[in-house]
Amino acid sequence: MAVWRQVLWKLLRDRATFLGASIILSLILAAILAPVLSPFPEDVFEFHTANRLRPPDGVNYFGTDRMGSDILSRLLFGARITITIALIAVGTAVAVGVPIGLVAGYYGAWPGDLLMRVSDIFLAIPQVVLAIAIAQTLGPSIENVILALSATYWPFWARLVYAETRSVKNEIFIESAIALGASPARVMILHILPNISSAIIVRTSIGMGATILTAAALGFLGLGAPPPAPEWGRMIAESRDFLPEAWWYATAPGLAIFLVVMGFNLLGDGLRDILDPRIRRAGGRND
Amino acid sequence: MRRLELILSRLAWFIPTLVGLTVIIFTVSHIIPTDPVRILAGENATAEQIEALRVELGYDKPLPVQLLSYFRDVATGNLGVSIYTKRSIAETMWHRLPATLELTFAAIFLSVVFGIPLGVLSALRRNSLFDHCLRVVTVSGLAVASFWLAMELQFLFSMKLAIAPLNGRIAGFGPDEVTGFMIVDSLIAGDLPMLGLVLSHLALPAVTLALPAAATIVRFTRAGVLDVINSSFVLYARAMGIPWSLIVWKYVLRNALISTVTQIGLIFGVLLSGAVVIETVFDWPGLGAYAVNSILQSDYKSIMGFTLWTGAMFVIVNLLVDILHTLIDPRSNR
Repeated sequence: MAVWRQVLWKLLRDRATFLGASIILSLILAAILAPVLSPFPEDVFEFHTANRLRPPDGVNYFGTDRMGSDILSRLLFGARITITIALIAVGTAVAVGVPIGLVAGYYGAWPGDLLMRVSDIFLAIPQVVLAIAIAQTLGPSIENVILALSATYWPFWARLVYAETRSVKNEIFIESAIALGASPARVMILHILPNISSAIIVRTSIGMGATILTAAALGFLGLGAPPPAPEWGRMIAESRDFLPEAWWYATAPGLAIFLVVMGFNLLGDGLRDILDPRIRRAGGRND
Repeated sequence: MRRLELILSRLAWFIPTLVGLTVIIFTVSHIIPTDPVRILAGENATAEQIEALRVELGYDKPLPVQLLSYFRDVATGNLGVSIYTKRSIAETMWHRLPATLELTFAAIFLSVVFGIPLGVLSALRRNSLFDHCLRVVTVSGLAVASFWLAMELQFLFSMKLAIAPLNGRIAGFGPDEVTGFMIVDSLIAGDLPMLGLVLSHLALPAVTLALPAAATIVRFTRAGVLDVINSSFVLYARAMGIPWSLIVWKYVLRNALISTVTQIGLIFGVLLSGAVVIETVFDWPGLGAYAVNSILQSDYKSIMGFTLWTGAMFVIVNLLVDILHTLIDPRSNR
């Protein structure tokens, strides 16, 4: 536990990482407190066409959209969609990719090779394309976006865990655990996994950012949550018809995506510097 | 010998990878709940007409048989016809390929030309104001949603300042088509005003596409240079009196670029993904916009064709990168 307290302390001391962590914390708070924080919570599903396309002012801080809804309120509720998609999709990708990589790396030889080739094939298809194809096949909904994203992102964790497992497998402490009669499952879960967890955590933080970007792209193409759900990518797509007059329409959702993705990337970079000394030596950030 | 062995083992996996790719694409496209034959037959078709069409198209056969015949078609380069336009998919894609390649190459060119020198400079001036500013730019470049950036660029440069065309590859007629690459074609025609037009249309989409790629290259080059610059051979070279700029731009860079070269293969895949969304925003008549259209129309044979092509391109590029990697890195021959 002392190690983790040290990690936390280092995290808070680095300004960029602290910024990233604060952004993510704000996102979570915004998602939870959306009904309280929104100036017009009823605007998410109700239309007030008399107020449509108003520029930002003292009442609607980020302006209103084509239905007259307050953009800030929709953004705050949209945070719920973003965080749900990212958490479940990345969670599933980790839950599928990590065991595959672990088993493939531990046993090596042809089963390992085969598993890695399968993940190579998945990696050969552009992520956005595969996700679009799956999301379109199954129909636009949040569940299908999550399914499409986990189906496209699991190989990243499988590859990472495979490589890490291979490098840890031949350490003496693993050999001793095997010599003491530990079962393969015990060795993998209790001895290898804790030793490669920092790499998984780093990749997961950065993966969250990438997943949010792809989810937003799917929403932009009309494959995300169906309207009137306040999905950020879809809000940007809707605004296209009202440029250049309604300049504020796309500004707020675009900045929201930008901030959240940057938050996860900064946190991931910071975690990598702290948890992965090899990269640090190679000239990371705090060099 | 080790180098040859590496290259051969990569080559040996090439065909199985393509076969696997075909199987995955085939599987994904056959879990479609909607019946493509019914769509194709039209709303007024009778049950008999639909069945007749199903037999004609071969959809009545069991899936493994369909998969085998799809393999045979793919192997001969035949991707079938679009269920909407009835035109050959392979032909349509050949026609659209130059537009996507021109955009992708322009983006790779921009990101390498700006990314590598900036990465080296920021490593040399580590922790300077320049380094910090560049870090802000690269972190931002990796976080921005490409479709949003594309729209904001359109808003600023096309709608407000009116110095760049809003969308499309060319207004009116392009240069006489020889290669399909408009830059090359206008050079062949010797038409410089046309070249300017082509470049002005290319500018915004290429910059949008290049930004995340350039950010990645800057980061890897910076890390690579920092890794090499403290090694003893650099100290030796300095002691021998070799000019510092020569050491950096020749000896350090060659070693630092090993990891950057590997990244360029992966970046190519990122660019192909990015092109799908960016081509849609800019109405760029390439493969990406074609894929989005096909997907929105459930034209699944076209989707399969596109996915197979991009997958194959990505595999080939990464194969080349692997080979290039073993050639640059002397350690891989040990």
